[in-house]
Amino acid sequence: MTATMRGARGEVIRRPRRALAVTIALAVTALVLAFVALGLGDYPLDPLEVVRAAFASDGSFATTIVLDWRLPRVLVALLFGAALGLSGALFQSLTRNPLGSPDIIGFSTGSYTGALLVITVLGTGYVSTALGALIGGMLTALLVYLLAYRQGMQGFRLIIVGIAVTAMLQSFNIWLLLRSSTEVAMTASIWGAGSLSLVGWPQAWPSLIAFAILFPAALLLTRPLRQLELGDEAARAHGLRVEGSRLVILIVGVALIAVVTATAGPIAFVALAAPQVAKRLTASAGLPLVPAALVGAVLLLVADQLAQHVLPGSVPVGVVTIVVGGAYLIWLLVREAKGRL
Amino acid sequence: MAAPARYRPSRRALALFLALVALLLTVAASLAIGSREIPLHTVWDALRGLPVTSGDAAAVLDLRVPRTVIGLTAGIALGVSGAIIQAVTRNPLADPGILGVNAGSAFFVSLAVGLLGVTSPQGYLWFAFLGAFVATVIVSLIGAVGRGAASPARLTLAGVALGAVLTGIVSAVRLSDPKSFEILQVWESGSLQDRGWDVAAPVIPFIAAGLLLAALLGPSLNAMALGDDLAASLGTRLVRTRLLAIVAVTLLAGGATAMAGPIAFVGLMIPHIARWIVGPDQRWIIALTVLLAPVLLLASDIVARVVLRPGELPVGVVTAIVGAPVLIVLVRRRRVSGL
Amino acid sequence: MTMEPRLRTTDVTLAYDRRVISSDLSVSIPDGSFTVIVGPNACGKSTLLRALSRLLAPSAGEVVLDGKSISSYHTKEAARRIGLLPQSAIAPDGITVADLVGRGRYPHQTLFRQNRVGDDEAVALAMVATGVDDLATRVVDELSGGQRQRVWVAMALAQQTPILLLDEPTTFLDIAHQIELLDLFADLHEAGSTLVAVLHDLNHAARYATHLIAMKDGQVVAEGPPEAVVTAELVEEVFGLPCLVIADPVSGTPLVIPRGARHRA
Repeated sequence: MTATMRGARGEVIRRPRRALAVTIALAVTALVLAFVALGLGDYPLDPLEVVRAAFASDGSFATTIVLDWRLPRVLVALLFGAALGLSGALFQSLTRNPLGSPDIIGFSTGSYTGALLVITVLGTGYVSTALGALIGGMLTALLVYLLAYRQGMQGFRLIIVGIAVTAMLQSFNIWLLLRSSTEVAMTASIWGAGSLSLVGWPQAWPSLIAFAILFPAALLLTRPLRQLELGDEAARAHGLRVEGSRLVILIVGVALIAVVTATAGPIAFVALAAPQVAKRLTASAGLPLVPAALVGAVLLLVADQLAQHVLPGSVPVGVVTIVVGGAYLIWLLVREAKGRL
Repeated sequence: MAAPARYRPSRRALALFLALVALLLTVAASLAIGSREIPLHTVWDALRGLPVTSGDAAAVLDLRVPRTVIGLTAGIALGVSGAIIQAVTRNPLADPGILGVNAGSAFFVSLAVGLLGVTSPQGYLWFAFLGAFVATVIVSLIGAVGRGAASPARLTLAGVALGAVLTGIVSAVRLSDPKSFEILQVWESGSLQDRGWDVAAPVIPFIAAGLLLAALLGPSLNAMALGDDLAASLGTRLVRTRLLAIVAVTLLAGGATAMAGPIAFVGLMIPHIARWIVGPDQRWIIALTVLLAPVLLLASDIVARVVLRPGELPVGVVTAIVGAPVLIVLVRRRRVSGL
Repeated sequence: MTMEPRLRTTDVTLAYDRRVISSDLSVSIPDGSFTVIVGPNACGKSTLLRALSRLLAPSAGEVVLDGKSISSYHTKEAARRIGLLPQSAIAPDGITVADLVGRGRYPHQTLFRQNRVGDDEAVALAMVATGVDDLATRVVDELSGGQRQRVWVAMALAQQTPILLLDEPTTFLDIAHQIELLDLFADLHEAGSTLVAVLHDLNHAARYATHLIAMKDGQVVAEGPPEAVVTAELVEEVFGLPCLVIADPVSGTPLVIPRGARHRA
């Protein structure tokens, strides 16, 4: 995106500054909030103390709190939120539908099924649940893709098959829950709402490595996405390999949400809301990837901090993201209606 | 120009006729099958008011008939509201819950359970209905205010957003209290169990009103499918049509949810299938949906009753398992239309 | 024009699923020509164009570009040689004219060479040529049908390809803009581009084409310069319309004057 463009007569004809400004503002917000979050908790630190503790290496108590206890969770919240935002943007662009989300391909529901089977049959255990979720999600995505593929991928067919498979799995999940004792069902439901409370450095490392590959991959997909937005014919006319690009976008999108779901359970709504919020904030055409990631990061961080420090009991972060995300989206919609966007 | 061969009136009429036959068979099965073994002729006798053993009479008249009637009306209501919502939002992913009906009902019911300790379907009834109304009013306000009044995209997003907020709060309530958890979990799966005339009677007038409204909206919905500009030039009042459609959906889906709890998938699946059989004319789609949707719901209810005899599965669990494979088979047919 | 034509089909069969539109169709696009394909509705002209642009793979035979089968080209390489004005394209929600035209530069951009000055120039030229440069910052959704059509043409022009395929480029345009656009295409042709256009207006086709292809029922009925192809007999054979053909008083090219039911002698 060039900053300014001059027409044949020398006049400036393009100024996409708003998108850039918003993106920078979001990044700054995320950083500031992260530092604030690192200071919150039973041993409060103000942001300056946080900075000192983070960069000191004197093994002081403050450093331990910041680096060993809080940093993993804050970092995970930011990165997972970004991954969800990216995944949502990819899927919504792919399906050209604001309701399009990774769950279109049944991934979240399938991963819940996998986890439920593990929890109800084998009992709870972090690694086994994570693996169950991963396998369940992947198998479901594969099933949906195969059922929908018929001489090529037609968006509408993908949506319908996704709906059908998701509905069946949801029924199955409900049945599993109803059969279990209330205790097990509640535990499973809490996992099902998504939570970052069990994620420390040991759990986070695999996801960090995966993101190191997936985030750049997603950003590389920006231009094919822009072409696909124009419709298959125009995209082909411009030389894009349409089927291949779509498959890659699908794979990256699924991989992003797979990592998050396996590690923290299905966190709903960020993937749905972040791209829409980002689109409105940046007033851009199509769904902008980097802003979507940043909005997702901020959203999940705020939700997790609220879940940790403000709300009673152990309310899963997934519940908070839903409420906070939904409320913000409503506010944006109202503002948009009043023309003040 | 003759109508495309696939959608000739005779073929559509045949489809309707077959659907009607299927519906009658399903209703008969619903009356005949249950946890208590009652031979068919006894069922028929009981319906006609002839003397049978009191246990059989009670089973048929007090349990199965109202249950079948509720299944019938809820099925029709869910199907038709689904057809309307897809026509208005032009989004194949939309189901009646998209306007927040299910979330609103769940919210008010969870308040009833959590704060007031209500535990019976009759008790939930008005909470659920009220919740559905309040939610759709809010969604309509968000979606209909200002520029882009009640555009499909805005309504969809507004419904999703509000649904999310309410669902989140309900989740928080559920997860904090084991007793609420149990009760809400049962309600949220949707069930026709233990619902008698006292549940059906107050709600049926609302559903009837919704159906009437839906029938009147048919032509306007057809015009809207052509796109806003063309529809407006044909004389359709866009905003008015959309708002009336929302009222119809609230009456229908709210009524169904009030009676039976949130039952997903029926409203989503049947209108697609109806469109693939009879074509894009909304009036035919609604007509076929009226016949097919209760077939799905009642058939699912029968399965729900039979599979775990003498216990029961919630019908909301079964509808997807019964319906989804049908949907997948149909969508893989070569010429399937999008919206 | 002594070389082998850059773009041609050899005995292609074109079909959608099982519905065959054309079979054993061999067409050559003369190099450096302004070729126009005409014919009644559903005669296969759009289908032929789609096959020439790689959008439709022939079920038999092949489309040859610069001596090689078109499907053997890397997609971007083909897109740098053949530009297309597609029939159905979506303008993303909220996109501006300049952005949309800019998307046409994709075949020339690689990962590390995006948006260089050459791209900006190409976009600016395309917008000026189609007369939409004063709409550059406007949102495409808010434009009229005619303005939007010109924006799509600008996007195709921004591709800067030696061969340009245009499917009904004058749809939605008023007569002044139609002629303006056709004059633009004629200028491009004179500057060396090869154009292939599907036009529904026979008189426009006769006036601007250097090579005319008349199709009916999926086959080529006649091809050649307009003077040879546009005769009263041919028009009646292809379109089923009795008519009178005279020389256009302005351009000298054939002018078709229909004899409808009300004016039969």
